[in-house]
Amino acid sequence: MNAPQTAPKRQGTQTLDLGELGLRAVNSRLQDISEGSNETTWTVSNPMGQHAIACGLDSALSVDIAGQVGFYCAGMNQEAEVTVHGHAGVGVAENMMSGTVRVKGNASQSAGATGHGGLLVIEGDASSRCGISMKGIDIVVGGSVGHMSGFMAQLGHLVVCGDAGEALGDSIYEAKLYVRGTVESLGADCIEKEMTPEHLATLTELLARAGMDADPADFRRYGSARTLYHFDIDNASAY
Amino acid sequence: MCGIVGLYLKNEVLHPELGKLFKPMLIEMTSRGPDSAGVALYRDPVADGETKFSLAHDDAGHDWQGLSEALAKALDASSRVERRDTHALLVTDADVGAVERWLAERHDGTRLIGSGRSIEIYKETGLPEAVYERFGLSSVAGRHMIGHTRMATESAVTSAGSHPFATGADLCLVHNGSLSNHNRLREELKRKGVTFGSENDSEVAAAYLTWKLRNGVSLKRAMEDALDDLDGFFTFCVGTADGFAVVRDPIACKHAVLAETDDWVAMATEFRAIASLPGADTARIWEPRPATVYSWGDDGMDIDAVDHLPPTVVPASQRAAAGGMH
Repeated sequence: MNAPQTAPKRQGTQTLDLGELGLRAVNSRLQDISEGSNETTWTVSNPMGQHAIACGLDSALSVDIAGQVGFYCAGMNQEAEVTVHGHAGVGVAENMMSGTVRVKGNASQSAGATGHGGLLVIEGDASSRCGISMKGIDIVVGGSVGHMSGFMAQLGHLVVCGDAGEALGDSIYEAKLYVRGTVESLGADCIEKEMTPEHLATLTELLARAGMDADPADFRRYGSARTLYHFDIDNASAY
Repeated sequence: MCGIVGLYLKNEVLHPELGKLFKPMLIEMTSRGPDSAGVALYRDPVADGETKFSLAHDDAGHDWQGLSEALAKALDASSRVERRDTHALLVTDADVGAVERWLAERHDGTRLIGSGRSIEIYKETGLPEAVYERFGLSSVAGRHMIGHTRMATESAVTSAGSHPFATGADLCLVHNGSLSNHNRLREELKRKGVTFGSENDSEVAAAYLTWKLRNGVSLKRAMEDALDDLDGFFTFCVGTADGFAVVRDPIACKHAVLAETDDWVAMATEFRAIASLPGADTARIWEPRPATVYSWGDDGMDIDAVDHLPPTVVPASQRAAAGGMH
């Protein structure tokens, strides 16, 4: 998609020019803001696809990144609200703990990998291994996800408004997967499950929080058949 | 690691700036490949009946003029040569096979690294910027170029082990990844008469494509067959007389990104290599799908990736702004 390149101007916003300051200075500035500070609204300009932008933030900041980012953007995020006004490279919001990361464009592989909490919204498509080994994060993808998404997903929700590629939810634990479109194939030990009113309510809330205009009734739910948790000779064919 | 980059200029107005636009792309991939670098450049096609050979020698003072004169005499053909640092471009109307045999039989350390009507290959050990500068590539004009920055894993850091590897007339390959069945495949190809200049795994991939193409298989088909016959991780970029083609293995562990505007098409291992191009911030940007051949150029294997878009939901507020989503 053609992602918008300009972050919205907000009052009191301070701008950090990454091209001028360099990555380390930008991240240090954002990481050093103390609790209770009123310097909460930031724009990072000239990201130029560099890696690890806005990593390790741990306070309730609002950070707009004006352009495309490289690998591991907003990794390990806690509390901050990071918006990428462009596309994101590999591992956006990897190991996120809390807060919100929003990608206005597409995301590359392993988006939200190992995330423990918070909400990751990808308005475009996510590539392969989206939500790999997720541990509590909620991920909402406006488009489609690539192959091996939700691989070994342990906890949290992955909502896909488009289609899912091959081997969705391979070796999945207790994460819940919701897909609106087609699923190319399910991975080992991943099965379609009943959409109960409780699941529908969770999905409705996630779509609303993500700002996605999709009917929850159109989605199907997938999860673990729980045959791979412990070795059992009766389940040998599932390995 | 390793980094690969490709640039195809759709807008002729930009052709004089090819070398200048390509330079920051290659240099941005230095951290992925500081050992050696190389490019394939397509420009100044020679006359019908002539072939342009890219030659290299470890001795920067190698007597290229003497080689050219000896070749002309031995093969009763025209020959002219131009030195480019450790490389030389030799243009002759002699038969390609005869030139290859003649060079191989001389045993003077000359390496034949590419041939065709317009291709020129330059590759050396050292930092990408130094390699780019020593061959004076910043000022070159042309329509397209592909390049590689190498962090060696499978074989020695040498000029011969650097990319791109020639795969036939006006064809060459750059590779990011590693192949696990290259020893067996190399032996198989040797038995079929294919010769090798290094122990490099990527050269085996290039030789595989060369052999397929020699047997009349189209480039697209050869790249698809590679998906079955090559075991390992790879993103390949293949330079052709008219453009370039990209394919990733079915697992697609090695990174790759494509971007396109009305003026150019670019591919790179990482987007930061593309970020410096004019209009990159508003380009269409997407990740090539696994096991799918993408190509640009007039070689009849065009695939318009936009035709393969998945359905996408975006917030109602963004819907009007959302263009082609890949």
